[in-house]
Amino acid sequence: MSKVPPKKAGDPETTGHSWDGIEEFNNPLPRWWLWTFYATIIWGLGYTIAYPAWPMINEATAGVLGYSTRNELVEDLARAEAANAEINAKLASVDLASISEDPELTQYATSAGGAVFRTFCAQCHGSGAAGAKGYPNLLDDDWLWGGDIESIHYTISHGIRNEQDFDARYSEMPAFGRDGILDGEQVDQVVNYVMSLSGDPQDAAAAQAGEQVFADNCVACHGEDARGNRDMGAPNLADAIWLYGGDYDALHETVMNARFGVMPPWSQNLSEAEIRAVASYVHQLGGGE
Amino acid sequence: MSDEKTPNNPKISDPEDDPKVSTLEDMPDEVPNELPHHTWFLDKHKFIETNATLLLVLSFLVVTVGGIVEIAPLFYLQNTIEKVEGVRPYSPLELTGREVYIREGCYVCHSQMIRPMRDEVERYGHYSLAAESMYDHPFQWGSKRTGPDLARVGGRYSDDWHLDHLRDPQSVVPESVMPKYGFLENTIIEGEYVQELMETHQFVGVPYTEEMIVNASADFRAQADPDSDYDGMLERYPGAQVRNFDRQPGISEADALIAYLQMLGTLVDFSTFTPDASR
Repeated sequence: MSKVPPKKAGDPETTGHSWDGIEEFNNPLPRWWLWTFYATIIWGLGYTIAYPAWPMINEATAGVLGYSTRNELVEDLARAEAANAEINAKLASVDLASISEDPELTQYATSAGGAVFRTFCAQCHGSGAAGAKGYPNLLDDDWLWGGDIESIHYTISHGIRNEQDFDARYSEMPAFGRDGILDGEQVDQVVNYVMSLSGDPQDAAAAQAGEQVFADNCVACHGEDARGNRDMGAPNLADAIWLYGGDYDALHETVMNARFGVMPPWSQNLSEAEIRAVASYVHQLGGGE
Repeated sequence: MSDEKTPNNPKISDPEDDPKVSTLEDMPDEVPNELPHHTWFLDKHKFIETNATLLLVLSFLVVTVGGIVEIAPLFYLQNTIEKVEGVRPYSPLELTGREVYIREGCYVCHSQMIRPMRDEVERYGHYSLAAESMYDHPFQWGSKRTGPDLARVGGRYSDDWHLDHLRDPQSVVPESVMPKYGFLENTIIEGEYVQELMETHQFVGVPYTEEMIVNASADFRAQADPDSDYDGMLERYPGAQVRNFDRQPGISEADALIAYLQMLGTLVDFSTFTPDASR
């Protein structure tokens, strides 16, 4: 057993506990600590009176301040809305084409639209709007359904090929290979022909034969010069811009099984002002017409 | 004399004999510093502190008081769960997708709980209601958002986007750190255990009817096959979406997971919902 130092004169009393010969002086608690402790108790009691706290029989006490997280949210939303109400109302009512003529409105629409874009659009079109495979690049001037602000606004509002909005833009490319409209050789030929329009085909002879296949099957939507048709969202096949890839395998897959890109209708989630803002944002990115 | 007042503590001298001890009688000249009188209760201190098991049991009882005050009221207070129209148990395919979600640990990076704050409501939609996860065992609220909240991800993206994103998240969101889950669409499932799974959920309180249990396997297949006779399934699970979610023949884990993701947060019609402010 370790040696316990003897008690000296003037030492405080011990608590009376003795564990293996170790004793404990009975010093009072530091005053600052004690008073802080009492203060927290008083604070806690006050808090339970001011805010919802004590569970009773049917519901908890509501608190004298009447605090509610839901009310606070409603107030927060109302405050934000009120702050922008004037300019939002103006944005939602002016002629779409005239937004770019009003510098104040343009500035507001571009920054608000940027925020909407980064929240709701970036997941598919990319945070920089450069798109991804299957999701159009919005920075270039190649538009499937039109690049003027009215067209962009319509596309955002109603979406493309979705089931939620009857006014959604709709078109459906036939699955030429899968549904047996074209046989394997014809598919190969037309793929080579489409490749030859903007670059080098894999098989020049097949590409030549594919011109007739294209004329018989594809011109109705993509046009005789293969420059596409915005009324049907049929892409321009004569440029080197590809949504699903321009190599042989990607084009072969497109002709065999078709593509069916979908975009949700944002009018169901966003306000008119928000849609107009994001339309302006997309329009000013570089490709707007 | 000392033995009479402090029978268990012979080391304590009688306060009356100790010049450093002042008692209440000395007030107001001195603040009393006398030890508490030794009572039966205080003397048991030593007994409790030297019996570890007893100390553990009594500590547990003290902590239980906190549990009773904080947890028990949630089971009977009427405003902890508000009744909301539209919430139904998961369809067999959705429930299977939920199992995939749990197995892959999606909840580690994704929450399913939109808090009533402006930034969350503007980004994700209406704040989550307790009733929306009333058939979740266990709930998937999560606690951390490495990825975004998924409580209302249903209908926000197309099935194709989900497929692209599960195969290679970086192909659509270059800055994402999510791992690839392409193997899900290669794992064909037959739903042979979905009936047992639903029975288990029924056991813990989900109101699956006998009809739902009996048709579990058929409903499981019907939801992923738009050419099937799915009217009965839709009657049992209103609002369920019938599609070949992964665009491939057979039902894969990707089918189930996308079916689950596409229904998340879509059951309640918030245009008819009136929030009770006292929450």
